[in-house]
Amino acid sequence: MRKLTLLAALMLALSIGKAQKVYESFDDFAPLLAQTQNDTTYVINFWATWCAPCVKELPYFEKLHQAMAAQKIKVILVSLDFRKDLETKLKPFLEQRQISASVAALVDSRQALWIDKIDPSWSGAVPATLVYRGTQRQFKEGEFENFEDLQQFVLHFFDPKN
Amino acid sequence: MKTKTGFGIGFFASVLFLLTFIPFGPTNPGLKVGDIAPDFQLKSTSGKMVTLKDYKNVKGYIVVFTCNTCPYAQAYEQRIIDLHNKMAPMGWPVVAIMPNDPSVQPGDGFDKMMERAKEKKYPFEYLLDDGQKVFPAYGAVRTPHVFLLDKDRKVRYIGGVDDNSEDETLITRRYVEEAIAAVEKGAEPNPNLTKTVGCMIKVKK
Repeated sequence: MRKLTLLAALMLALSIGKAQKVYESFDDFAPLLAQTQNDTTYVINFWATWCAPCVKELPYFEKLHQAMAAQKIKVILVSLDFRKDLETKLKPFLEQRQISASVAALVDSRQALWIDKIDPSWSGAVPATLVYRGTQRQFKEGEFENFEDLQQFVLHFFDPKN
Repeated sequence: MKTKTGFGIGFFASVLFLLTFIPFGPTNPGLKVGDIAPDFQLKSTSGKMVTLKDYKNVKGYIVVFTCNTCPYAQAYEQRIIDLHNKMAPMGWPVVAIMPNDPSVQPGDGFDKMMERAKEKKYPFEYLLDDGQKVFPAYGAVRTPHVFLLDKDRKVRYIGGVDDNSEDETLITRRYVEEAIAAVEKGAEPNPNLTKTVGCMIKVKK
């Protein structure tokens, strides 16, 4: 019965929008952190609609996504909103903001089991951002001051010396 | 620290703070399991000034950094009330501390804390970290964030309440209760450190 309820919740959740994917289990999400065989730079931001500093910095990620569209970069905004809020909070939020960067929702609430797998230095507080390309990785807990701050954090992945 | 209880206590508390915090130095990254946690003196929504040493006949303290406004703190609010109601009679009271700067997060002002405590009938002390000195000394970074201390204020467990933030029916590990059971048996809690998602503690820029 539990499984059925979960399934129903999942089906509902899957409809949060065309570009959004809902990850019920961290194991399904994990491959997003391990695309090390290509030369794309992944910018993965963990946020939630209820997190004021996260919402404040979302436009910087959106701007990054647009400004660097010609580069090999993928910006993924990973919402940690509660499963019960996907339909009522996340979906309306995304519709209102017209975000073009890809959005995913990670609703695996056994966070104690996966926080370290994102980065061992992460306490679990949001916002937090992971940038990686190949085996090069950089992680930040906390918000970016402005767009330039975020851009700096990401740009050296595009330094020809690397 | 200046409250209606007067200058004397405020001054005493400042001295207490200095004395307890000096060993850690300014760049202290916080407490680790095994460290002795500093005591504090903070005002409670109950109207009292609360210090840990004033608790009588306790085996330890469940210090929880939490607040009114964070959805994760809200998700755990009833569980923290239940935890106190279950564990306090066994000698393990919850001591809740609100670490956010109310000028950054007005919903966490002391008046709002009092409203919340009254509305939800908090059975534990709900303290304001006035001046934001206690949370950095403990190394709390998010709400909710639990520090389980034994009666000597030795840190025995740091982390989350349990292993499922959203769905109580899917909880498989009750970390705090398990840690208390271990300490009571004279054993080390396992795990003694867990991580959960939470809201960053709000400080002025």
